[in-house]
Amino acid sequence: MKILVPVKRVIDYNVKVRVKPDNSGVELANVKMAMNPFDEIAVEQALRIKEASQADEVIAISVGVQESQDTIRTALAMGADRGILVKTEQDIEPLSVAKILKSIIEKENPGLVILGKQAIDDDCNQTGQMLSALLDWPQSTFVSNLELKDKKILSVREVDGGLEHIQCSLPAIVTVDLRLNEPRYASLPNIMKAKRKPLEELTPDDLGVETKKRLEVVKVEDPPSREAGVILGSVDELVDKLKNEAKVI
Amino acid sequence: MSILVIAEHDNSNLSAATLNAVTAAKQIGSNIDVLVLGKNCQEVGKQAGQIPNINSILVADSEEYKNFIAENVSSLIVSLAQNYTHLIAPSSTTGKNFMPRVAALLNVMQISDIIKVIDDATFQRPIYAGNALCTVKSSDTKKIITVRSTAFEACDDEGGNAEIKSIDCTGETNKSHYIKSELSSSERPELTSAKIVISGGRGMQDGSNFEMLEKVADKLGAAVGASRAAVDAGFVPNDYQVGQTGKVVAPELYIAVGISGAIQHLAGMKDSKVIVAINKDEDAPIFQVADYGIVTDLFDAIPELDAKIG
Repeated sequence: MKILVPVKRVIDYNVKVRVKPDNSGVELANVKMAMNPFDEIAVEQALRIKEASQADEVIAISVGVQESQDTIRTALAMGADRGILVKTEQDIEPLSVAKILKSIIEKENPGLVILGKQAIDDDCNQTGQMLSALLDWPQSTFVSNLELKDKKILSVREVDGGLEHIQCSLPAIVTVDLRLNEPRYASLPNIMKAKRKPLEELTPDDLGVETKKRLEVVKVEDPPSREAGVILGSVDELVDKLKNEAKVI
Repeated sequence: MSILVIAEHDNSNLSAATLNAVTAAKQIGSNIDVLVLGKNCQEVGKQAGQIPNINSILVADSEEYKNFIAENVSSLIVSLAQNYTHLIAPSSTTGKNFMPRVAALLNVMQISDIIKVIDDATFQRPIYAGNALCTVKSSDTKKIITVRSTAFEACDDEGGNAEIKSIDCTGETNKSHYIKSELSSSERPELTSAKIVISGGRGMQDGSNFEMLEKVADKLGAAVGASRAAVDAGFVPNDYQVGQTGKVVAPELYIAVGISGAIQHLAGMKDSKVIVAINKDEDAPIFQVADYGIVTDLFDAIPELDAKIG
């Protein structure tokens, strides 16, 4: 069985995001980029399934600018077998990504697709569910525990208020939550090895997928800022302020 | 313009998030229906019927919707979509699960987690965990929207007189099968709807120390939350987590105890009306967003707070 893992290049989660002065977006020039953290967890899970001899090949795929190949190389250095870059210079929306992934999946026939539950840039939380709907495959989203057995998957999903256990047959779409696993670091020898692993380049046109944007970005702005308040000297003072000034208790 | 709001419930009670979503819908237009799908959910239909100024409550009562399996739910919503220009659901784990499927099946780009309605096609939504706000205008003929509950007031839930109609169900898709839920049972209010939230961070040092927060919470009628650091350290379960990857809360009062205030945590609570920070590190970033701060050892301050609010 093949496992396909889509990975996205985003601003590193440790970097403080800055809005561009013309409000057209956030500053991406000279900003440290990295693999979306949820996607690292997806790659790790795919590798663990392969290491447990439940899969033969892990394919990392990214849709984006040329530099997204660095993100694919990171997945290859972690242990993925080969990569596919679907290159586009334009900003691309989850619906188009899902369509591109669908056309790759029809070619590659993976038994399982594992994605991060959301990307930490646009916070859309859509691609996995959209892909599942387009393929008419079962979906398990926000998964914090995953078991494969007899061509079936048992997943534990993180839902508001607790956990939910569901089961489905393969092929399936899984989107992962933070607590599923702790992704490995790529070792230096593996980083070197990754440079020689195959990386195929395609374009949305090659796949016959139209990627016109449906959402026009009108404006990107800073959120309203909060002023720092006062430092109080005692719990007494705090209780007094909460009762008599803020009137919240 | 015609709007369908997909209600959220547990087959017996309509959730508060539905009322927030209806408020967002009312800012878009006035021709609104509410869909209640579930199993033995007639009572929820009646509750929804009490919301003022709704045309119809559509009730789909059938086994395949009992556990809100996304494949089954989305197929019903798609079957109704031709009648509506806007489909709206709360941005809960349930809404996030089925709504993008609806969007893809209708070939529409979803607008996730809106916090403001500008006009019937233009909405504001947070990106980068709320570190930037993005206004987007949709060119799709239908708008598929999820609503961040904390950004909209709840609408009234009494006095309405909507017509309640049973609708055809779309059947079991046989894709995913529900096995069981492990829901945290608690007498305290739910994190996302509580008026007061008291959260602990890594500074709590141990899970058992959360009892101190629970005692204060019970006196204040508050919910108990935690930072991701406290969850990762195993002090409390993940559903306590407030932040970018956990729950987004906006209570009247948020008390952060032993929480340094990482960006990831601030993203989940900075819209709270009043923020209190108790931390022994005076340089902790949490003090930059707090209305009231005390620089002290939480192990002294919390028992004292407990005694003095009594």
